[in-house]
Amino acid sequence: MKSDKGGVYIKRILKIAIPYTIPVMLGYISVGMAYGLLIVKSGLSLWAGLAMSVFLYAGAMQFVAIQILIAPINLIQVALMTLFVNIRHLFYGLSFVDTFKSYGWKKQYLIFGMTDETYSLLCGVSAQEEIEQETLFFTILILNQSYWIVGTVLGALVGNMIHFDTTGIDFAMTALFVVIFIEQWLANKNHLPAITGVLSAIIAIKIFGPSQMVLPAMVMMFSFLLVVRRYKSGGDNRG
Amino acid sequence: MVKWYAIAVMAIVTYLIRLAPFVLFRKGKKTPKWVAYMGSVLPPAVMGMLIIYSLKSVNISAIDEVIPVATAITITTVLHLWKRNNLVSILSGTAVYMMLIQI
Repeated sequence: MKSDKGGVYIKRILKIAIPYTIPVMLGYISVGMAYGLLIVKSGLSLWAGLAMSVFLYAGAMQFVAIQILIAPINLIQVALMTLFVNIRHLFYGLSFVDTFKSYGWKKQYLIFGMTDETYSLLCGVSAQEEIEQETLFFTILILNQSYWIVGTVLGALVGNMIHFDTTGIDFAMTALFVVIFIEQWLANKNHLPAITGVLSAIIAIKIFGPSQMVLPAMVMMFSFLLVVRRYKSGGDNRG
Repeated sequence: MVKWYAIAVMAIVTYLIRLAPFVLFRKGKKTPKWVAYMGSVLPPAVMGMLIIYSLKSVNISAIDEVIPVATAITITTVLHLWKRNNLVSILSGTAVYMMLIQI
């Protein structure tokens, strides 16, 4: 146990950090619950869901992971799928390369825990006088992941205990993607990438079939977008 | 049977992506232009692909499969454009889909 002084300090940090995380809390607990529910209704165990929420910790990818775990898929495809779905996170880190430079061991967790919601939240955290930024960031990230884990476990427990007809609950995944898609559509002036993604996937299903569509779709859209870049300047899509 | 190795691969790749900028683009090194370009165009493209991916098992010639999907996506979209609340959009769309598919 830490001294009373330590307890007071932690309380003070939480008092500053928690208000920042309220929007993420609402989102993570409820989407986490949908995820946990979907995990057990897909025939996977609570432990698989928990492992993913602890070690993978990436919302959209964890929903994709359910599909991956219930169907045969090879590891190269799994790695490529993960790369494509999460590559955007690389650009979140870019904004913090300088900020994190002076940080100590907490930096490792800050890098690990940089989800979409966490990134947008950290961008809006202003410097506090009474608390180190490193500690504030660290606390916010711990809180965010705790919400996600709590949601996952709650959802899985509810799914295990209550037996109702959950046919169609997997639409939550589609709805999540539609919502992110709309947000990105509204944020970008150039809609060609969005349309390219949809069309590549449809063409890949037509040619290669539903179970083999991922890799061809990704290759198609990647190469098309690279070719397009040669004819247009790349900077016009930042809305 | 849980494919723990697949979970490990996904976790490691995700962590490496998040770690990459801190290793590759330390101060002084500029992000290559094509990397920055792909970083801005891939997210919307991937989300578009994932929508279709999540619907890949829907039989588009079966009207009783298409109508619930189309209705639920429309409701999710309209609600989201109106309220801009992720939670409301996702939960309503899913609830409507479940109702339509269970009747």
